[in-house]
Amino acid sequence: MGDILRDAWTIARKDLILEFRSRTAFLSAAVFTALVLTVFNFGRDPTAVPTLDLAPSILWVTFTFAAMLALNRAFQLELENQALDGLLVAPLSRHSIYWAKLIANLVFVGTVEAVGLPLFVLFFNVDIGGVLAPLLGVIALATIGFVAVGTLFSAMVIKTRFAELMLPVLLLPFLIPPLIGAVQVTAALFSGRPLSEVQGWLRLLAAYDVGFVTLATLLFPATVNE
Amino acid sequence: MLSGENLQHAFGPVRALDGISFSLTAGQTLVLFGPNGAGKTTLLKVLAGLIEPQAGRAQVEGGRAAIGWIGHQSHLYGYLTVRENLLFWARLYHVPPAQARRRAEELLARLDMTERGDVQVRVLSRGLMQRATIARALIHDPKVLLLDEPFTGLDLAAAAEFRELLAEFAGTGRIIVLATHNVDEGVELATDIAFQSRGKFVHLAPRANRSAAEIADSYRQLVGIDGGRGKRG
Repeated sequence: MGDILRDAWTIARKDLILEFRSRTAFLSAAVFTALVLTVFNFGRDPTAVPTLDLAPSILWVTFTFAAMLALNRAFQLELENQALDGLLVAPLSRHSIYWAKLIANLVFVGTVEAVGLPLFVLFFNVDIGGVLAPLLGVIALATIGFVAVGTLFSAMVIKTRFAELMLPVLLLPFLIPPLIGAVQVTAALFSGRPLSEVQGWLRLLAAYDVGFVTLATLLFPATVNE
Repeated sequence: MLSGENLQHAFGPVRALDGISFSLTAGQTLVLFGPNGAGKTTLLKVLAGLIEPQAGRAQVEGGRAAIGWIGHQSHLYGYLTVRENLLFWARLYHVPPAQARRRAEELLARLDMTERGDVQVRVLSRGLMQRATIARALIHDPKVLLLDEPFTGLDLAAAAEFRELLAEFAGTGRIIVLATHNVDEGVELATDIAFQSRGKFVHLAPRANRSAAEIADSYRQLVGIDGGRGKRG
């Protein structure tokens, strides 16, 4: 396990350096997040539906689409000069490649969310001061699940034609359970209700994370073997 | 030791490997000639562990850690410098950091790349990229070197330098398998010669002091085409 994590960190660190130097995917995802929030901000009638009722859904729809935009990049990096073949020849477990991409994607999506959350607060005037810690907790919990499944699917589709289209088509149905859970917990937080009311959803998010990280780790080698 | 035992693999109706068997021991260099589509790349990918053969077995003593691989692409990251790429791959082969840095500098010097060590790979010319690829494949001092058309993109001087490097490498008891469609390339390195056609070895024998011209003649007779020398036979 130590070797898997060490190799995973070596690859993830390389991915983050590449992203830091090229910045293309991060800038695209951050701009996309800002644009979606802007569209939602101007595309609703605040007198018809209270902002607080819409805000959780808007937050999670934005994060979901921004994450999807980001997820394709992890394996696109490995297509350049067929670097993935080099990784597959190297004496490292296929699992460490999955974990590397999972770690890099988590950092990447987390950074995009860190840009999106203040914009969301700004546009929708939602006071998150009192619930910041639990809100960050639920964002982390849902993001791990999104990214775990998304990383596996992005490996599956990356060599197909229309990978950018295939990923959302495959991924969205799998994101429905954590998306519902995240919206329910976020709505409870924004309306000041106790977390005990949404314990079931929190358990679902945690179970989804554990289940899909495990499943994706086990299935990943089959997606990269020729 | 490197061996293949009755290796078979097909892509749909095309049999890329059709019962290939061979065995190489320390110090042997097998140069594999064959026309495009003969299955040379598939054979090398099977030996490297990139493709699981549908039947048969490939064995490399020391496993994947012992393999140095040069395929059709560089496996280098454009936004990393040449040095960073080398150290990245060294880490994945678990080479201790100090040893990796020393080895990287030796290889850069040997391939006349020292001054370009801090240049990002994406701005290198094709020839320089190929030199960096060679350094990448040798960074962990592999026991077995699998090379698929490794002279592509190298100018005459760099190709000569690479041949010398390979000769030194083979002289230290390593194993090399080099695939090419050109009989003139790498023939002087060979201890053994194989002609591959339609997934089969139609000839596998020690080189035994045969000249490039003699090998080209045998190739023409057995495979039916010219072997990179220009004419169809």
